[in-house]
Amino acid sequence: MSGDRDTQPVGRRNRRPVGPWRVVIRVFLWAMALGWLVPLLLPLYASLRPYAETAAEGYFSLPKTLNFDYYVQAWQGGNLPRHFLNTLLVAVPAVVLTLFFASFVAFLISRRRLPGGRLLLILFTAGNLLPQQVVLTPLYLMYTKIPLPWWMSWPSELVYDSYWGIIAIHVAFQTGFCVFVLSNYMDTIPRELIEAATVDGAGVWRQYWQVVLPLVRPALGALGTLEFAWIYNDFLWAVVLMSTGDKLPVTSALNNLRSVYFTDYNLLAAGSILVALPTLIVFFVLQRQFVAGLTLGANKG
Amino acid sequence: MIGLLLGLPLLLDLVLIWGPALASIGLSFTSWDGLGEIRPVGLDNYVNIVSNYPPFWPAVWHNLLWLAFLGLVATPFGLFLAVLLDREMRFTRFYQTAFYLPVVLSLAVVGFLAQLIFSRDYGAANALLGRTDNPVDWLGDPSINLWSVLLLVGWRHVGYVMLLYLAGLKAVDPGLKEAAAIDGANEPQTFFRVVFPTLRPVNVIVLVITVIEALRAFDIVYAINRGRNGLELLSVLVTDNIVGEASRIGYGSAIAVILLLISTGFIATYLVQVFRREEDQA
Repeated sequence: MSGDRDTQPVGRRNRRPVGPWRVVIRVFLWAMALGWLVPLLLPLYASLRPYAETAAEGYFSLPKTLNFDYYVQAWQGGNLPRHFLNTLLVAVPAVVLTLFFASFVAFLISRRRLPGGRLLLILFTAGNLLPQQVVLTPLYLMYTKIPLPWWMSWPSELVYDSYWGIIAIHVAFQTGFCVFVLSNYMDTIPRELIEAATVDGAGVWRQYWQVVLPLVRPALGALGTLEFAWIYNDFLWAVVLMSTGDKLPVTSALNNLRSVYFTDYNLLAAGSILVALPTLIVFFVLQRQFVAGLTLGANKG
Repeated sequence: MIGLLLGLPLLLDLVLIWGPALASIGLSFTSWDGLGEIRPVGLDNYVNIVSNYPPFWPAVWHNLLWLAFLGLVATPFGLFLAVLLDREMRFTRFYQTAFYLPVVLSLAVVGFLAQLIFSRDYGAANALLGRTDNPVDWLGDPSINLWSVLLLVGWRHVGYVMLLYLAGLKAVDPGLKEAAAIDGANEPQTFFRVVFPTLRPVNVIVLVITVIEALRAFDIVYAINRGRNGLELLSVLVTDNIVGEASRIGYGSAIAVILLLISTGFIATYLVQVFRREEDQA
């Protein structure tokens, strides 16, 4: 990294000769990037090959058989459709409620100068930073003591082992983060936009729904993508607050593919890839939103 | 209507997070199996945990190693990649995607994928190192399995850190660097004396994320072997004491409070940093 290059005007950066350092950096980055993909590509490759073959020839061998048998087996044997549905039943309402509550609270704090708003913001932000284990024990006890009607929670008839309980704790935890991000984002909206609407006689609700919400749509998209991935990836809450195996979300259901006596790692890899697939798709389709979401919380102006 | 929309999220936050957090502190001074009577025992749980609970000190040590590895190895490496990528023009999208792809994966899934790579008899790591005759049990041997796990955790953490720093670097005023260059500073000098200090907000965020990840760590070890045999962590001990037949509520709560105490300082630092900045702007 010789210093003389940077003394050149910025506009000419692209035309400068390729120096030896540049080659080293480029080779290094390529090696690193490819190395970074190995822990994903290797299981992908293995999941297409029978266990007997990889056991005999190793994972780094040319394939004799390539098929999707393991995917079929994981899909059916692991009862994955059921568990994917469970995850959606939790993640979709949780993300929608979180964004709705958080955007409204952020709106009150940021645009309506709610008395005590600052304290509220600190309360929400700090709550989101607590280690989950600190709330785990009392939460578990509380959930096992609060009854729900049978049509909301079967067979436990408790908040424990119900989707409602899992959704509630996700909303409680994630609202903290989203309030923080959204109120920062709203602080950047020009005051005149809101004031114009107020002159027109719009009430609080209309200001929120018709003026502010459309303005924060990019932030909502970014946060929604990120929150979906986070809630989808949750493992702890379901492990502790659910007991019926059939009701577990998909990340915690992967254990079904492992037996006590024998683990077929290629099958497990196929299952893992199936479970990772929705987040990978979200990542590739909504990459910009995902990245924006991660940096939105961190890089406020 | 407005009261309800403000009250409901506030209620959820108080009842499901702050209430239980305070209750954990209270319960940590009691002995309770969750059913019978709650008996106050003062500091007994803490004394017992520190002096008489075999997995406790290994768990503390593992959490600290976790923190040290993420903080001293993975985080600087993420920063290093961000600095390289900030200068690199071609293929930058490919590099970035490769590095932060793992960030979207659940750590539980990473734990399952790890078994294919690190299994003793058929794992890819042994094949790659030519250790098939004398295989290493990467995930089973308690003297090394933590390092195998940390490698995977670092794999994911580096991408996250890189992403945050890259966004921070893009926001640095290019004029700063030019001015430093005109003054005769070489690149490392420019970076450490001029650019890095302006990244202070990002540094705080990265620090907090690193600490929180290290303290919350749970999924990956639980997916691999339920956090036993060399992979003990404080979070696993909390879970073990409340779920399952033991149900030692006071005991588990005391471990959770220890976890809380460790994290409080970092949470406070973060809040002060973030909210003071806001005051400056107001």
